[in-house]
Amino acid sequence: MLSRTADSLYWLSRYIERAENLARILGVAERLATLPSAYAGASSEWESAIATAGCGPAFFNNYGQVTRANVIEFIVASDANSSSIRRCVETARTNARSVRTALTIEMWEIINGLWHEVQKFKLKNIDPSQLAKFLTVIQEASLRFDGAAYRTMLRTDHFRFQRIGMFLERSDNIARLMDVKYHVLLPEQEPVGGGLDYFQWSAILRAVGALTSYNWVYRDNVKPWLVADFMILRMEQPRSLISSYDNLNRQLDGLAEQYGRQGQAQRLARATFANLQNQNIDDLFQSGLHEFLTDFITENNALGAAVTDQYLL
Amino acid sequence: MAAKGQVQGQSQSQLQRLGQGPAIFDEMNGVDGVLRDGYHTLSRWLADAPPELLSNRKLEAEYFFRRIGITFNVYGDAEGTERIIPFDIVPRVLTMSEWDKLAKGLEQRVKALNAFIGDAYGERRIVKEGLVPEELILQNPAFQPAMTRIAPPGGIYVHIAGIDIVRVDPDTFYVLEDNARTPSGVSYMLENREAMMRLFPELFGKLKIAPVDNYTDNLLKTLKSVAPRGASSEPVVVLLTPGPFNSAYYEHSFLADKMGIELVEGRDLFVRGNVVFMRTTEGPKRVDVIYRRIDDEFIDPLAFNPTSMLGVPGLMSAYAAGNVTISNAIGTGVCDDKAIYSYMPEIVKFYLDEEPILHNVPTWRCREPDALRYVLDHLSELVVKEVNGSGGYGMLVGPHATKEQIATFRAKLIAHPEGFIAQPTLALSTVPCFVDSGMAPRHVDLRPYVLCGADGVRVVPGGLTRVALKEGSLVVNSSQGGGTKDTWVVEGDLAPQGDR
Repeated sequence: MLSRTADSLYWLSRYIERAENLARILGVAERLATLPSAYAGASSEWESAIATAGCGPAFFNNYGQVTRANVIEFIVASDANSSSIRRCVETARTNARSVRTALTIEMWEIINGLWHEVQKFKLKNIDPSQLAKFLTVIQEASLRFDGAAYRTMLRTDHFRFQRIGMFLERSDNIARLMDVKYHVLLPEQEPVGGGLDYFQWSAILRAVGALTSYNWVYRDNVKPWLVADFMILRMEQPRSLISSYDNLNRQLDGLAEQYGRQGQAQRLARATFANLQNQNIDDLFQSGLHEFLTDFITENNALGAAVTDQYLL
Repeated sequence: MAAKGQVQGQSQSQLQRLGQGPAIFDEMNGVDGVLRDGYHTLSRWLADAPPELLSNRKLEAEYFFRRIGITFNVYGDAEGTERIIPFDIVPRVLTMSEWDKLAKGLEQRVKALNAFIGDAYGERRIVKEGLVPEELILQNPAFQPAMTRIAPPGGIYVHIAGIDIVRVDPDTFYVLEDNARTPSGVSYMLENREAMMRLFPELFGKLKIAPVDNYTDNLLKTLKSVAPRGASSEPVVVLLTPGPFNSAYYEHSFLADKMGIELVEGRDLFVRGNVVFMRTTEGPKRVDVIYRRIDDEFIDPLAFNPTSMLGVPGLMSAYAAGNVTISNAIGTGVCDDKAIYSYMPEIVKFYLDEEPILHNVPTWRCREPDALRYVLDHLSELVVKEVNGSGGYGMLVGPHATKEQIATFRAKLIAHPEGFIAQPTLALSTVPCFVDSGMAPRHVDLRPYVLCGADGVRVVPGGLTRVALKEGSLVVNSSQGGGTKDTWVVEGDLAPQGDR
């Protein structure tokens, strides 16, 4: 397939995944921000939303203060933010248009429909009920896009580049979400606080849509080290880092098989996956969660660069 | 050859009739309200359908087009960068016998066009015979000297032609223009049919309507048939687009998708050792046939416009070396010029030794002094067109023009008479349309698509019917408020016995 086509498929999927993650982060921030401070703690949810979205510098270039209105405007609709949800949707559609032939009709209709729907929202000073609706539209479109890709694409390189984009972006977003929250994910030895911690920890699970599944897997209260275990090392959790890398490995192996050769991308993905397999959560807390996550984000970026070098230029 | 100053293609008396005849021919109801063949079932169905049903289907059609993303970009329109072409839900019907005659005429015309281009870049026999003035070829802005040294496979230059046809009465179809460069609009023909089959399944059950969806299959066969000799038995065909910002981008992606070929941009291709390659995830892959939707002057910055970012440097040398086929060939514009158009009757006779089946619209060549005098005296009755214009731009429709517009055109004509031709204002046929006020007749034309490969000529029955949706308007171009309709070539559906 054309390198440009692969590139567009890859980025299209990244942008859709990013839009979904941003929508989830905002949803959770909105929820925590409405709690009385005795439950939510002193930390600003809006600050951590900005940090998680990875757009701190751009935000402070454009706004003086971290307020609900500013953060929502910046993450939802700002032109100055190339990763605002609206811009993500636009970029995704531009990519989709330029590789219209590489998408199935279903995938195109979802992206195009999402784009039309986003145009209809009045995003300036959006009120809470509209915001909730908007975030739902984004999350549902991402789910449907994933489903359409899974159910309608031929299992050739087209499909693999779509998946690789999605899982690379997901790994990055989850790792960053964890990293921003790491200060509340205390080591096991620390005394566990009251209700305050519960809401912070469960917020992480909620942000990835994993609160219910956590209960099923651990049959225990929401505990920080278990949350970290769940989101980093558990294969059962489809948004965990290890699960994303399992998928990345499969898709990269699939490419290697189809093309009859492999390269740096395959080697890097395999190394990161092996590293995750050999971890246990206690050691990980011992050696520092923040350090681990920072390294992971760097490795994940390196994999993205290797995929680009190997296939997309 | 006709005497100077005389109108080409038709006698004066016929012209009077066609320019000034008061009655307009409606393809459903004739001039006298008697229902015509092919329209019986449709007309009955429309009469029985409650008005809400039609409005609902019209909305559904719009939704359908919006959702699948059939849009076009309008040049010079800052805000509405993506629009859908208005679609009218009432089909236009041609009977099988009407179509058969048209199809024969189209095949003949495209064969003649190809023979003419080959001659224009070869010996120019037609000039030596004194039938076509040499300067019309050599001074034509679309003439590409490089083509005198390049022989495309099978001697075929025009693989895809869009021939614009208008109708003025039951028996008279005129060719309005030949589009031999990169004719567009075929995706609308195909998507209009898809939409109609979804919206009116009951009519498709009752009528025998010739299918059009094999067009893309035919197109791929045609393109493969003209692959260079060195290509493998499964030639690699690509569609070269200027990119997503081009007005016809939807069509490019649609066609590439239906043919299962790569949709490439200039930057996806490169030339090494006079061979064209595309950049793929598995490394370079050789390309044999390029169905290009980029104009000649942008296709290779080394050979033509050096500032073009759309083309492929070195493509022309690969073409000259016979390592790649470009479709349509470079330089086919010499024949879709409106000055050459006026010589088409002579061109058909000269190369094919046959009488032309399809006629030209009578045409004054303003380059001839007597014709120019006549045209200047009758500007308010005539349609004046730029010889190299397209898309309905640079055109004067006399009866609808203001005094200022006529004065501007008069000045242009006097300054550059050779740049213009004039034609009578034709009483174009109408077809009923479902507009805001209900059913009403609107003027239409027809663009059938003719494919010409090394293995023969193929035309799918029908084409794109364009309709001037403004009441009384004759301009059907989508860039100027025109719309489209599905075109049905129907077998049977004659008047019941005793009905007339």
